[in-house]
Amino acid sequence: MNKIYLIAQREFLTRVQKKTFLLTTILLPLFIFAFYAMMIYFQVKTGNNTKIAIVDKANIFDGKFTQDDEIEYKLVGAAMTTPQLNELVDLKKFDGYLVIPADFQLNGKDTLQLNSGKSIGMVTREKIQGKLGKVLEEKRLLSLNITKNQLDSIQAGNKIKFANISGKEDSESTVTISYVIGVVAGMLIYMLLFIYGSMVMRGVMEEKTSRIAEVIVSSVKPFQLMMGKITGIGAVGILQFLIWIVLVIGLQMVLLPLLFPELMHHTSQIAIQPAGVRAAQAVQENGGVGAILDGLSHINIPLIVGCFVFYFLGGYLLYSAMFAAVGSAVNEDPQDAQSLMMPIMMPIIFGMVIMFKAVNEPTSGLAIFGSLFPLTSPIVMMARIAYGVPDTVPYWQLLVSAILLIGGFLGTTWIAGKIYRTGILMYGKKITWKEMIKWIVRKN
Amino acid sequence: MDNILALHNLKKYYATQKAVDDISFSVKEGSIFGLLGPNGAGKTTLLRMITGIIYPDSGDIIFDGKKFDPENDISFIGYMPEERGLYKKMKIGDHAMYLAQLKGLSKNDALTKIKYWFRRLEMESWWNKKVEDLSKGMSQKLQFVTTVLHQPKLIILDEPFSGLDPLNANLIKDEIYELAKQGSSIIFSTHRMEQVEEICDHIVLINLGQKILDGTVYNIKQDFKENIFSIKLKNAETGIQSNPLFNIVKQENEKLTVQINSGITSNDVLLHFIQQGIMVESFNEILPSLNEIFIKLVEDTKATTRAFQTN
Repeated sequence: MNKIYLIAQREFLTRVQKKTFLLTTILLPLFIFAFYAMMIYFQVKTGNNTKIAIVDKANIFDGKFTQDDEIEYKLVGAAMTTPQLNELVDLKKFDGYLVIPADFQLNGKDTLQLNSGKSIGMVTREKIQGKLGKVLEEKRLLSLNITKNQLDSIQAGNKIKFANISGKEDSESTVTISYVIGVVAGMLIYMLLFIYGSMVMRGVMEEKTSRIAEVIVSSVKPFQLMMGKITGIGAVGILQFLIWIVLVIGLQMVLLPLLFPELMHHTSQIAIQPAGVRAAQAVQENGGVGAILDGLSHINIPLIVGCFVFYFLGGYLLYSAMFAAVGSAVNEDPQDAQSLMMPIMMPIIFGMVIMFKAVNEPTSGLAIFGSLFPLTSPIVMMARIAYGVPDTVPYWQLLVSAILLIGGFLGTTWIAGKIYRTGILMYGKKITWKEMIKWIVRKN
Repeated sequence: MDNILALHNLKKYYATQKAVDDISFSVKEGSIFGLLGPNGAGKTTLLRMITGIIYPDSGDIIFDGKKFDPENDISFIGYMPEERGLYKKMKIGDHAMYLAQLKGLSKNDALTKIKYWFRRLEMESWWNKKVEDLSKGMSQKLQFVTTVLHQPKLIILDEPFSGLDPLNANLIKDEIYELAKQGSSIIFSTHRMEQVEEICDHIVLINLGQKILDGTVYNIKQDFKENIFSIKLKNAETGIQSNPLFNIVKQENEKLTVQINSGITSNDVLLHFIQQGIMVESFNEILPSLNEIFIKLVEDTKATTRAFQTN
């Protein structure tokens, strides 16, 4: 044990004392923050970018066109000719023009054509399609002698509230927050498994190629060397993670409101990812930041943090042992590492896929399987836990998942130890999976 | 003197070959022992078993009178493998400290010993240098220090002089003698015969996983001598011919190299010259070098294969 500690200490200190550690530890949250800030900036600043001229020859709009804040539409004189319009586009007065021909019928069968200078992007296209479609639909309905009041009452929808059987309201924002937390936690574990797993692998490869392994194993058992390395790098991971959390939270709490005072009103426009969109919609419907805080208060944060640490450690121990085994089997050629890593990467990526299913359907069979199976549970379970224990994840599932994960990492460590012991001292030979299986099966 | 190490019928078979096939020998306490063999003879496998890195399939290792217990005995062994490296980014002092502590030394103990050895080998100024800045010879010295500083009872050096200039090689050689004098036993593995001849008391030669020679350097040379003598004569006007006493191997003016036939002693030969009135200026026996013995033996065993029989 003492030797494992010595090795872990060296692994930890050599990494933490490096300048690059400090750099990545501080720069990464800054980078993430800058990334977010940029996203928000562009979200806030977009709109008014695209200008569309409408030539209403059929006089459908009667000279009036309700504006939208994203794309600027402007009715121009019906007498404008195509060369004149082209010139306007060339002069960058407009990005494009839409001609409604004089014989345009409101029956929805005619096709309209929008000519533009540059090709118009997907999102803008859809917005234009939506906006014009809606406007024309209204016109169509009105032309059927439906009054404006009737129209409004047709368009008003009924709201459905979701509650559980005991009558406790299950607000949209709580579900959305759960969704966001699930995705973020799952993604984080996925990334951390890769980052620290490959760090272990590189460390082992360095030991093997620099021939230090042979010197060390004359003092300690190969298994101790492997465990020391895994523990040391795991400790680096936890330290780095803690620093990141503090930095990210600190930056977002202090700097973001300072830089974007109007942010609180614009959160609804953040469309970073599907989760963001849904969160934003929920926020819009339920009244801003208050709803987020309300949603957060329904979530058992200590449980989630506790589970996160457990599943991160469990997943890390499980996978890093396998990464170590691969590192020990690789010779100088990094290309070998690529092909040997495939079987390890597959379940991680698979877990990621199930995770995205699980955040949408946390009680589906696939989600439950994924959250119990030790190779995917670190990623998948985090997505489910956010929805609540024991409502969505019964205690027995949590328990079984935890036991399987512990069993899983004991198993992979045992297997990896066998591969590692032989691989670390094997030089100059390309090692295949078949050979590694032989090492596992072999006695002592 | 007791044996520090004794191997009894050690075997280690791999899937395709017998790496070590029934090898027994013993190493006396305080001696310098040479383990010789061509590349791929099974030396490294043997040494890895002695250092507890791998386990024999069968056979016993007796270390210091007791059955070898890798867990504990490892701290009484210092092993400098042929394939040796260091952490490039570490400082030399830290590196030495790390390896010493892994051998079970306490922090203070390690520090004192490292300082002693660094002073002895004129490495004191290196403490804060990084390993990657060292030349090959310098890192070799550092490796030697880390192998011996925990005062092991048994020191195993695999090709310790490769990459060292003659000056540093001599420095290390002197340290090896000194360590042996202080009671450490040394196993010295190499295929460089001239070093073995100079340093070792006792040698074992292995080839294709089997022991083919075991004895003191003196005895082995006696065993392999072919009764060849170098003779320098004076006033030998008549040409010397091969005769029932000896065959002439080489003749160069008045210098003869002869092989004395069996049953004939050197005195018979001397008498032969004296009776003919030929002056003998010098008369030496030429013993075979270990190198010659080595090559002869290894070539003899080459024909036999180490692979398992197919049926």
